[in-house]
Amino acid sequence: MGKRSVIPFGPQHPVLPEPIHIDLVVEDEKVVEAVPSIGFVHRGLESLAEKKDFNQLVYVAERTCGICSFQHGMGYCEAVEHIMGLEVPRRAKFLRTIWAELSRIHSHLLWLGLLADGFGFENLFYQCWRIREKILDLHELTAGGRLIFSVNKVGGVIKDIEGDKLDTILSTLDEVDDELRVIRSVFFEDRTVLSRLKGVGILSKEQINDLGAVGPFARASGVRVDMRMLGYAAYDELSFVPIVSNDGDCYARCFIRMMELFQSIKLIREAIGKIPAEKDLEVPVKGNPDGEYFMRLEQPRGEAFYYVKASGKPILDRMRIRTPTFANIPALCEMLKNTEIADVGLLVLTIDPCVSCTER
Amino acid sequence: MDIKIPENELEMIEGSDLLKRVLELKKSGFRFSQANAALIDGNFELSYSFSDYETYGLHTLRIVTDTEQEIPSITQIVPAAVFYENEMKELYGVKIKMIDLDYRDKLYRIRQTAPMGKQKTEE
Repeated sequence: MGKRSVIPFGPQHPVLPEPIHIDLVVEDEKVVEAVPSIGFVHRGLESLAEKKDFNQLVYVAERTCGICSFQHGMGYCEAVEHIMGLEVPRRAKFLRTIWAELSRIHSHLLWLGLLADGFGFENLFYQCWRIREKILDLHELTAGGRLIFSVNKVGGVIKDIEGDKLDTILSTLDEVDDELRVIRSVFFEDRTVLSRLKGVGILSKEQINDLGAVGPFARASGVRVDMRMLGYAAYDELSFVPIVSNDGDCYARCFIRMMELFQSIKLIREAIGKIPAEKDLEVPVKGNPDGEYFMRLEQPRGEAFYYVKASGKPILDRMRIRTPTFANIPALCEMLKNTEIADVGLLVLTIDPCVSCTER
Repeated sequence: MDIKIPENELEMIEGSDLLKRVLELKKSGFRFSQANAALIDGNFELSYSFSDYETYGLHTLRIVTDTEQEIPSITQIVPAAVFYENEMKELYGVKIKMIDLDYRDKLYRIRQTAPMGKQKTEE
C-alpha cells in the first residue's frame, strides 16, 4: 500500500468553468476517496423566492442557469400552472417544446466541445462549438436572447414563432444534422477518442440507482428513464423513446448525448409539423396559487424537480429546485474511486456538471 | 406517446415512522429522488420523494415537526440521501441524527449557519 495524501481538485481547475471543490484522497496515482464541497457561489435563489411575487419568479428561475435557462423557467411555470389549474394553449405547449429541444441541442453541443477539449482534441472542440453557434442564432431569431429567452410566463408564452421562422429552424436543422454526422464519426470511431473514453469510469445500473443519478449519466448505465415520458409541454403528442446504453462508461455517456442530438432534431421537426395554427399563446391568470406540486422535467443534464408550495398569497411559501447536477455528484464521487488521477478531469466532465444550477 | 402517468402522491407520516416507510418504498421498487425542507409557520416540513421509474409515479413522504425535533437519517437505507440530508442540516438547521457521511457543515462553504432556518425568521 502506498502513502496516502490529499490532492485538492478545484474550485479553480482547467476543466471547471465554475467552482466546485473535491478533496481527492490518493494512494500513489490512484484515487481512493473523493469528498466534495460546494457553496462557493451560492446565490440563495430559493430564499429570494420567498420575497418576490410568484409572477416575478419566472425571471429568477430562468437565471438559475445560463445553459438550461429556458427549461428552468418552463419547469417553474408548469408547476404553478398545475396548482392554479391553468390549461395552457396548445400552440404555447408546442413552442415550449421546440425551445426546450433547441436548448438541449445547444447544451449537448457545448458539452461535447468541452469533452473534446478535455481529452485534448482542440479541433473537435472548435467544430462542436461552431455548430452550436447556429443553434444560438436560432435562439436569437426566435426569442431575442441567445441564452436567456424570457419567453415563459405563468399561463403560456409571450412570443410566437411565425411561419417563416419555423422554416428557418427546419433549414438550419438540416445543416446541423449533416454536420453532426461528420463529428459523430469522429467521436464514435477515432482511435484516440476511444482510448480516452472506452472502459473508463464504469458505473453499474445498481450503483446509479443507489446513488440517485439522473439524466444521460443514468441512461448510459442502463437506467431507462427520461422525464419527457411524463408528457409535459407537448411531449405527449410526439413520438419519443428514451435512448439507453448498458456500457456505463465515459464512451456510453458520450454516445447517449450524441444520439440525443439527433433525437432532439427529430422532435423539433415533428413538433413543427404538428404545431396548431391557433394564435392563442396564453390564458389569463386570476388570483394567486394555493396548493403545492412537485414538477419533474428532463433538462439537458437530467431530471430536475420544481417544488412549489403556496397558500393563496402572491408570495410563495417555498420554491425548491433540485437540479440534475446536485443529484449526480454522489455518483461522481463513487465513480472517482479507484481511477487514475489523470482521468479525474475527464470523469468530472462526463457528468456534464453545472455548478451554476447546483448553486441556486 | 402511450403512457398513463399516475398522480403525485403525498403521504403524511410521523418522524418515528420514517425509516419503516422508506424501507417499504424501497422494497416495492421505488427509487429515492429528492428530499427538502421548508420552514412554514415556525415548523419544519420535510419532504422525501421517491420515484417508480416503471410507472413514473412519484410518492412523497411528509413530516411536519417542530424545529428542535431530531429526525433519523435514511442514509443507511438510501445512500443517495447523503447530500440532501446534509443540505437540510446546513441550510435549514434540521436536526438529523446518524447521517452516514456527515459533512459537519462543510458541504456548503458558506459563512452563515442555517441561513434558511429559524435564524432567518427571527431576523
